Amino acid sequence: MSDPRELYQQVILEHNKKPRNFGKLESCTHHAEGHNPLCGDELSLTLVVANGMVQDIKFTGSGCAIDVASASLMTGAVKGKPVAEAEAMAEQFRGMVRGELEPGTQTPLLGKLTLFSGVKDLPSRVKCAVLPWATLHAALKGEAEASTE
Amino acid sequence: MSTTPGADLQPLDVAVIRKDFSLLSRVLHGKPVIYLDSAVSGQMPIQVIERMAKYEREEHTNVHRGVSTLSQEATDFYEAAREKVRKFIGAGSIKEIVWTRGTTEAINLVAQTYGRVHVKEGDEILLSAMEHHANIVPWQMLAQEKGATIKVIPMTDAGELILEALDELLTERTKIVGVVHVSNVLGTVNPVKEIIARAHVKGIPVLVDGAQAVPHLQVNVQDLDADFYVFSGHKLSGPTGIGVLYGKLAHLEAMPPWHGGGNMIRSVSWERTTYMAAPGKFEAGTPPIAAAIGLGVAIDYITALSLDRIAAYEHELLLYATERLSRIPSLRILGNANEKASVISFVVEGIHPHDLGSLLDGDGVVVRAGHHCAQPVMTRFGVPATTRASFAYFNTREEVDILVSAVEKAIELFR
Repeated sequence: MSDPRELYQQVILEHNKKPRNFGKLESCTHHAEGHNPLCGDELSLTLVVANGMVQDIKFTGSGCAIDVASASLMTGAVKGKPVAEAEAMAEQFRGMVRGELEPGTQTPLLGKLTLFSGVKDLPSRVKCAVLPWATLHAALKGEAEASTE
Repeated sequence: MSTTPGADLQPLDVAVIRKDFSLLSRVLHGKPVIYLDSAVSGQMPIQVIERMAKYEREEHTNVHRGVSTLSQEATDFYEAAREKVRKFIGAGSIKEIVWTRGTTEAINLVAQTYGRVHVKEGDEILLSAMEHHANIVPWQMLAQEKGATIKVIPMTDAGELILEALDELLTERTKIVGVVHVSNVLGTVNPVKEIIARAHVKGIPVLVDGAQAVPHLQVNVQDLDADFYVFSGHKLSGPTGIGVLYGKLAHLEAMPPWHGGGNMIRSVSWERTTYMAAPGKFEAGTPPIAAAIGLGVAIDYITALSLDRIAAYEHELLLYATERLSRIPSLRILGNANEKASVISFVVEGIHPHDLGSLLDGDGVVVRAGHHCAQPVMTRFGVPATTRASFAYFNTREEVDILVSAVEKAIELFR
């Protein structure tokens, strides 16, 4: 088991303190509520999707630093990307933090999101990091709710 | 805070006691383990572990089975543990001591037997605002089935029950009161004796959840006049999988059995089954024998240390930790009751309890971060979760200091 403190790098702490894309899109095309029953983390995502692209995305909610930083970095990462690419990122991200990727697997789509790779050694926190991505997945599929239960 | 109980007693020799707990010399993330999580589960002294191992190694069989020497021996050990429990909580008879898997099962047993007989449509079940889910959900399930209502005794911001509300809440429709003796979140020691007396004036029985009380204070169920008193072995320096339901004999005798099966019957034919008397009729199937014997040894261990001395020592630790943590400006302690057991829940501005829990873990400090299976308490105080440090008789002031500096380090990191 790695030291939990290693996860709390400056980028994550900074995004927790000043989350990007925080708020609500009034005229959204997609939205979903995410809930982590174990922690009580709650997340609300609103998106504008047009021409197969994530034109805009915002989130609100409350949760731990891992959850908030993950949502902040996720919204930044998928904004302006094709929906298919956002979905592929969600898959890679979940594979990474759950430790399900084959050793040596490249995650070119994730960029600085690989900051969260340390979460895989903290099983109790995996759900926190995954919640925004699970909520994004639900929103893109047209489902109103996502739960990491 | 109340005056220190047992201040005139010989203090505990904590350095010697600590040698009985191997986990305390473990290293976590390169740091010595600081176990401040006894409210989640107490550590077992080596005496308990070795006694259970001896049973499994040299004495293992089943209880109440046949005429073999081994079975008789196992039954004697198992029943001797029941007698230890009886004495420990001051019950009048071993017939009043029912083994269960734990506090939760004990409450479910009462809800599903006593409750199903006595609670009818339109009736009320009165609980307190600081109950653990274990003393909420079984009653909600019963209320839903019967069309009954749950009422709640409110509490103050300090985390004390508002007893002035009791007279109005105890009505002719109230069929049972469930109240926690010591809050697992706030540490509040509730005046259960008074609550019981006031309920009894109106003829209403009371179940006391004693899971967090028995490790910290001397309980006498007859003095309290509790109708039901329940607790778990694993919070009392014993193993998991064993717990106790104390019930007044008159109640237990009148209650129908719950689980059916072997061990709880007197005779079985295709036409009809007759049941054992209490406590046997509530103990279907093979029980956790080693765990029961282990709990007996845990009680011996606690009794040898003396609960008065434990209470005095833990009270000092609580005062010290409260004082040290209170000096951190961004930290808020939830629960400032006048009577408190050695449990401190707190929140730190700007740091989610789960982050704090992970960071403390990195420093080897084991605490609980979460809702503590008491979500209505979280809602009452307007927080999603708290960090909770709970102290046992083997903890030290030095460990409190390490907790405080780990919290300060986390605050610095999040600044």
